[in-house]
Amino acid sequence: MEWALLVQLLVNGLIVGALYGVVAMSFVLIYKASQVVNFAQGEFLLVGAWACWWLITSQQLPFWLAFPVCLAFMTVFGIVLQVVVLRPLIGEPVISVIMATVGLSIFFQALMKWMFGVFAQPFPAIFGADRIELLGLEVKSVYLLSLGLSAVIMLGFWWFFTFSKHGLAMRATAFDQQVAQSLGVSVPRVFAMSWAISAVVSAVAGVVVGVVSGVSSGLSFYGIKVFPAVILGGLDSIVGAMLGGIIVGVLENLAQYVDSQWLNWGNMINIAPFYALILILLIKPYGLFGTKNIERV
Amino acid sequence: MAEPESGTPILAAEHVSLRFGGVRALTDVSFDIRKGEVFSIIGPNGAGKTSMVNCISGRYRPTEGRILFEGQDITRMPPNRRAALGLGRTFQNLALFGHMSVLDNIMVGRHHLLKSGFLRGMAYWLGGAQREELEHRREVEEIIDFLEIQHVRKAQAGTLPYGLRKRVELARAVALRPKLILLDEPMAGMNLEEKEDMARYILDLNREWGMTVLMIEHDMGVVMDISDRVMVLDFGKRIAHGGPAEVLADPHVRRAYLGEEDELVREDAAA
Repeated sequence: MEWALLVQLLVNGLIVGALYGVVAMSFVLIYKASQVVNFAQGEFLLVGAWACWWLITSQQLPFWLAFPVCLAFMTVFGIVLQVVVLRPLIGEPVISVIMATVGLSIFFQALMKWMFGVFAQPFPAIFGADRIELLGLEVKSVYLLSLGLSAVIMLGFWWFFTFSKHGLAMRATAFDQQVAQSLGVSVPRVFAMSWAISAVVSAVAGVVVGVVSGVSSGLSFYGIKVFPAVILGGLDSIVGAMLGGIIVGVLENLAQYVDSQWLNWGNMINIAPFYALILILLIKPYGLFGTKNIERV
Repeated sequence: MAEPESGTPILAAEHVSLRFGGVRALTDVSFDIRKGEVFSIIGPNGAGKTSMVNCISGRYRPTEGRILFEGQDITRMPPNRRAALGLGRTFQNLALFGHMSVLDNIMVGRHHLLKSGFLRGMAYWLGGAQREELEHRREVEEIIDFLEIQHVRKAQAGTLPYGLRKRVELARAVALRPKLILLDEPMAGMNLEEKEDMARYILDLNREWGMTVLMIEHDMGVVMDISDRVMVLDFGKRIAHGGPAEVLADPHVRRAYLGEEDELVREDAAA
């Protein structure tokens, strides 16, 4: 047993898992508010990361300026996407809406490759110190940033849904649109807001991953990783998504450890979460925290 | 009874018709509600009572006709804007947000009154957000006291017994501070004691809080006791209209409720 490697992988899992959790939360946000399964969630990361990269490298903006400008752009991006593509699809069959988001995913993949090329591009160094010592472990400072940002976003979500007027309106809309409207909540505005928040939060995750390992189309893979996370946590639970993300992150790193030590099958890091996904669907089809649809007659 | 200020209708429906394909839910219904009165719509099952309320609250759009609220044409206005104008409603089948606390349910009703958005909320201590929050809490507490639901304010709405849920739903509609409140069968499924309580709440809302009430109700005793005026619908048509005693004496109403065929309805079937 290599304890150092195990600890290292677990810490990795926690950090990456927190990012999965953040992306999963923004996925669930859209699903809860507007009942759309968004297959283009990964492309939100991609678009956000490329936008930030472009602002820094070709517009020569400093990071502290480029980052908020990028987030402002993503707000508009999310709203435009909802208004132009998804609003006309309200009331259409679920499968049509899903196909539209799959289409969006392919479109943005291709668009980003066309605009920025197919090769991974590194972010310019943002922090003076690349690594810092923490509790005897040497940690990359971007990892600390990533964990910190994830925690801030999670707290932000909690605050938003518990205390803010719009969070309350969003919960009400998720429960019953007709009733929410009768109480003065504008449902179209709630939909647009959920897409905007989701795009912004995903872009933050995208930039963090970009800073750690460069910007490339591989970022959109996070959109796929989100599925085991949200199925694990329950499709309509924000807390579940967060925990699901962390569990998936830790799980894939554990699988990596087991694989590298004993099994030597290779590639367990990518496959293990989906084995877990199948198992969970067999045992708890609504996920750990999801709501069962109980039909009372 | 509260003295209705005659001559100032708070709501006017003008020749409202509603069709779903070949089904006529409402045919040429006109009426007005005066400021300060309790106005009831009664009628047998399927008469179009809830359809009428849905046209007023904006869930349905009338196929023909207009609806005026305080003189303003609201026929094509989305439901949330109507709520902001001062139209509140409850639903026939309970529609509480089951997973939220009673307090949160009521706070959603304050949505259009809460001005502080995201940023001012963040600057909680600097901006007026704190003062605003205190103000809202005071009003919400007043409503909670009035409807006697203090003991369940933190409970999850979905776990409450039926009668209490009806009361919480009323509280949520009242939290909007509507000028006109639409109550769709507020007493359905209640026992006698609960009905008496609810009747008292409705009268207090009307007299002390100054809300005009539009109510759909099946319990004739309650309707006749607390209504200033009553409209009777049958097969989507207005067959009678007036004070409770007047309506009870109307031969069309007797026929509708006793199941006899009425010439007003038959003429429609022949057409």
